[in-house]
Amino acid sequence: MTNQASDRYVSSLQAALAGGQFVFTGEIGPPKGVSVEKCLHQAEQYLKGRVAAVNVTDIQTAVMRLGSLALSHLLAERGMEPVFQMVTRDRNRLALQSDLLGAYVLGIRNVLALTGDHVSMGDHPQAKCVYDLDSVGLLSAMTMLESGHDLGLDSKGAPNVLEGSPKFFKGCCVTPCTEEVAPQIIKLEKKVAAGAQFVQTQAVYEPEAFDKFMGEVRRRGINAPVMVGIVMLKTVAMGRYMNSSVPGVKVPEATLDRLAKAAKDDRQKVSIEICAELVRAMKPFCQGAHLMTLGWDHCVPEIIRQAT
Amino acid sequence: MIVAQRKPIDEILAMLAGCRRVLVLACGGCVSVCLTGGEKQADILASQLRLAAKARGQEMDAQSDCITRQCDREFFADLKADPAGFDAVLSIACGVGVGYMSELYPAVRVLPGLDTTFYGANVGPGQWQEYCHGCGQCMLAWTGGICPIARCAKSLVNGTCGGTKDGKCEVSPEMDCGWYLIYQKLKAAGRLDELLAIRPPPDWAKDRSGGLRRMSVEELADLGKE
Repeated sequence: MTNQASDRYVSSLQAALAGGQFVFTGEIGPPKGVSVEKCLHQAEQYLKGRVAAVNVTDIQTAVMRLGSLALSHLLAERGMEPVFQMVTRDRNRLALQSDLLGAYVLGIRNVLALTGDHVSMGDHPQAKCVYDLDSVGLLSAMTMLESGHDLGLDSKGAPNVLEGSPKFFKGCCVTPCTEEVAPQIIKLEKKVAAGAQFVQTQAVYEPEAFDKFMGEVRRRGINAPVMVGIVMLKTVAMGRYMNSSVPGVKVPEATLDRLAKAAKDDRQKVSIEICAELVRAMKPFCQGAHLMTLGWDHCVPEIIRQAT
Repeated sequence: MIVAQRKPIDEILAMLAGCRRVLVLACGGCVSVCLTGGEKQADILASQLRLAAKARGQEMDAQSDCITRQCDREFFADLKADPAGFDAVLSIACGVGVGYMSELYPAVRVLPGLDTTFYGANVGPGQWQEYCHGCGQCMLAWTGGICPIARCAKSLVNGTCGGTKDGKCEVSPEMDCGWYLIYQKLKAAGRLDELLAIRPPPDWAKDRSGGLRRMSVEELADLGKE
């Protein structure tokens, strides 16, 4: 499926990170409905060939929409390597493992294991939360499937044996700028021990805090490549909302001021500059950047150009 | 204890539509303590039902009674009147009491006056909070006595998610993050290493996923056979 994937690496993303180059990934959100052309077209036009892989969100913020697996497959069909995001909120261990096998046979190799926002945050707050596994459990399940077994036991108490086993490039998430970072690092350590091979972070706007976080990560011997999360700051209101309501994300006042002072026609230009500067500032401490442009996919080429 | 809340009066009235003789039956157990299903609440509810019927130009003979517990057969002998003489019994016990009484009196229509909510404890005047989920595999030994199944909105077993902010849960700024509490407790106790062990996925078969749960104490079960 991928041109750089080899016997050693299961995906281009894995190969790129192993190659020591600074790697970019992008992200698209599936539509609420079946009209997939727009987001596929955007990805093809602005992300293809520019990022190593494209994350596909999984029922993001618990708002019901097209699933990540289907759109990841469509991306792969169009020659883009997907990062299949998987949350543990909506499926039990049977469905998660089954979808992992499904993803593998469809050619999907990168999987990002996430807990997922609580259903109360979304548009079906009466839904039953599943959380049969947590993100550590999901990573363990992937590692188990790779070993040719699943999480179940046969009648003799031995793990069930698979007919052919998958191989993934397994990722996880971490929130580096939360006010109490030690619990995040402890959990990250467990995720890596459970099989995580790469890390994509929650949005970071404070390079100094990120530097400190990365220092602590390396001090604890966590060596998985880390891609810093860059969420495009589209408006001042968005920044204020994140500061008041999004856990672990802090946009400094100076950054908000800069955007506020920009002339209306220049705002997008300034947003791009902010993203690129953040990447440049944090490049020395990490292995890549995960760009979340929230629909402004057309800005990705310019962010990458300015950041490199 | 089991904590339960009174159902809205409109829901109760809808359940009792067409009933002329109603017994509001209190329970002297947990729901008495949380002031929703005790003797006094039964008296008040019975008079509310009479007044509501009157307001609609109807008449309802709503009586009240209270037994020590509705989850033990022997206490039903203390009932002042035969429940079969009522169109319905509105039990203000927890769901255990309602279900148990329904089984004991198959011919009687036993209706729930409360919504049973959680296993909790009193945390302040008039306030109760959930402490246990009854998952059947207690893990409090390594979580500083704070239950991640009951106290984490996602029942995670390996630590906090990314939704914690200032020690609060993403579900509500009023709700403590269970894992933040666990972390603080273990940190203060110098036992943070407990958090580093990877905890396997819970066995939910011991929770509700295994179907009806029963417990048998062999000695007592054997005595019953003799």
